[in-house]
Amino acid sequence: MIALAALIGRDIRIAVRVGGGALIGVLFFLCVVVLMPFAVGPDLKLLARLGPAILWLGALLASLLTLDRLFMADNDDGSLDLIVMGQTPLELACAAKAVAHWLVAGVPLVIATPVLGLLLNLDALPTAVVALSLLAGTPALTFTGMIGAALAVTLHRGGLLMAVLVLPLSIPVLIFGVAASEAAITGLSFAAPFSILCALSLASLVIGPFAAAASLRHGLD
Amino acid sequence: MTLIDLANPTRFMTLSARILPWLAALTAIVLVIGVYQSATAPDDYQQGATVKIMFIHVPNAWLSMFVWGVMSVAALGTLVWRHPLADVAAKAAAPIGACFTFLALVTGSLWGRPMWGTYWEWDARLTSVLILFLMYLGLIALWRAVEDPSRAARAAAVLTLVGAINLPIIKFSVDWWNTLHQPASVLRAGGPALDRAFLIPLLVMAIAFSLLFLTLHLAAMRNEILRRRVRSLQLLQASRAEA
Repeated sequence: MIALAALIGRDIRIAVRVGGGALIGVLFFLCVVVLMPFAVGPDLKLLARLGPAILWLGALLASLLTLDRLFMADNDDGSLDLIVMGQTPLELACAAKAVAHWLVAGVPLVIATPVLGLLLNLDALPTAVVALSLLAGTPALTFTGMIGAALAVTLHRGGLLMAVLVLPLSIPVLIFGVAASEAAITGLSFAAPFSILCALSLASLVIGPFAAAASLRHGLD
Repeated sequence: MTLIDLANPTRFMTLSARILPWLAALTAIVLVIGVYQSATAPDDYQQGATVKIMFIHVPNAWLSMFVWGVMSVAALGTLVWRHPLADVAAKAAAPIGACFTFLALVTGSLWGRPMWGTYWEWDARLTSVLILFLMYLGLIALWRAVEDPSRAARAAAVLTLVGAINLPIIKFSVDWWNTLHQPASVLRAGGPALDRAFLIPLLVMAIAFSLLFLTLHLAAMRNEILRRRVRSLQLLQASRAEA
């Protein structure tokens, strides 16, 4: 337990210091959301209608792009080998790393959502609903993405290959995330898609660390 | 004769060379019978002649999931039992499975146009099969991205097992959600909902397509083993030329 807390603390400290790039994901999120009005035109009604989808898509892409930080830096400086060989079960260590990554890369996206909602002409209630669904859904993105990050680091290939592998796995999260966040606009049920979103997060919490640990254990040499 | 005896690629090559012609002939015979029965099956009272798309569409859709299942077993073979031929089997199956999935999507879309009035509908069954297709393509991309086959095999095995979660979602998508796609009508509680005139050609076609997969898979595995031999011979030659 102490070892896991130490691992989480270490990862957070590395991320927020110089060279860690914790907030680059939020910056990318902002850029994607700002690009959208240029693409679809500055029609405020249309933007309010598309707002939840744009926010979810931006958060998905932002969390995808920050993923290769999860194992790559540790692999470069050799600490990943220590974690793999250490006494802490690798599955738990992977989970701890993902939790740390979510705290520095996922939570800022949720915090930034209200500001970006203003740019997209979203009212208070839809913005709050989108933020809530992102809070419930971003762990699923991080934990399924971790599988792709682990594969990428064992193959020494990142970038597009990882995106191609991870994106199909994140489609269910996107579907139910957007369904939950649009409930405030369309007036459909919020509870059903939101519960499924929470279930996806919990399931990926179990599957992600195991798959990532398996790929690290078999893949690193 | 157990599975472990096949671990020797040479023994696998001799055995598969003996089996393959017979398997191919059997596939051709069953396929001819299936196509003949499908062509002579009566028209549906509602759908007319378009019901015959079913005889292609349904076996392809079954096979698209079955092939991922085969790859999942092979992935277990790679990760757990370290069977030397498991990664060959997994690699050879991926493009074939992608083809079956693509054909299921295309025939379904051609069938959907006259029946539903649309080529594509974002319902749960169609979307989950499309995700399956994307995952096949991602898997093939993974195989092609890495030079060392055994390294690629272990990464692909992990991804295959994760992707297997999609299989029950595809199977039960028509029960869990209200979909435009019809629910299961062959493998269901209370027996098939299909008339015998349609059921028998469908089952023959399903057997024929399964045999086709077996034949293609065996041939593709042989090709993959030969390709690896050629590769190692070339590497050997190159290192000799250097020395």
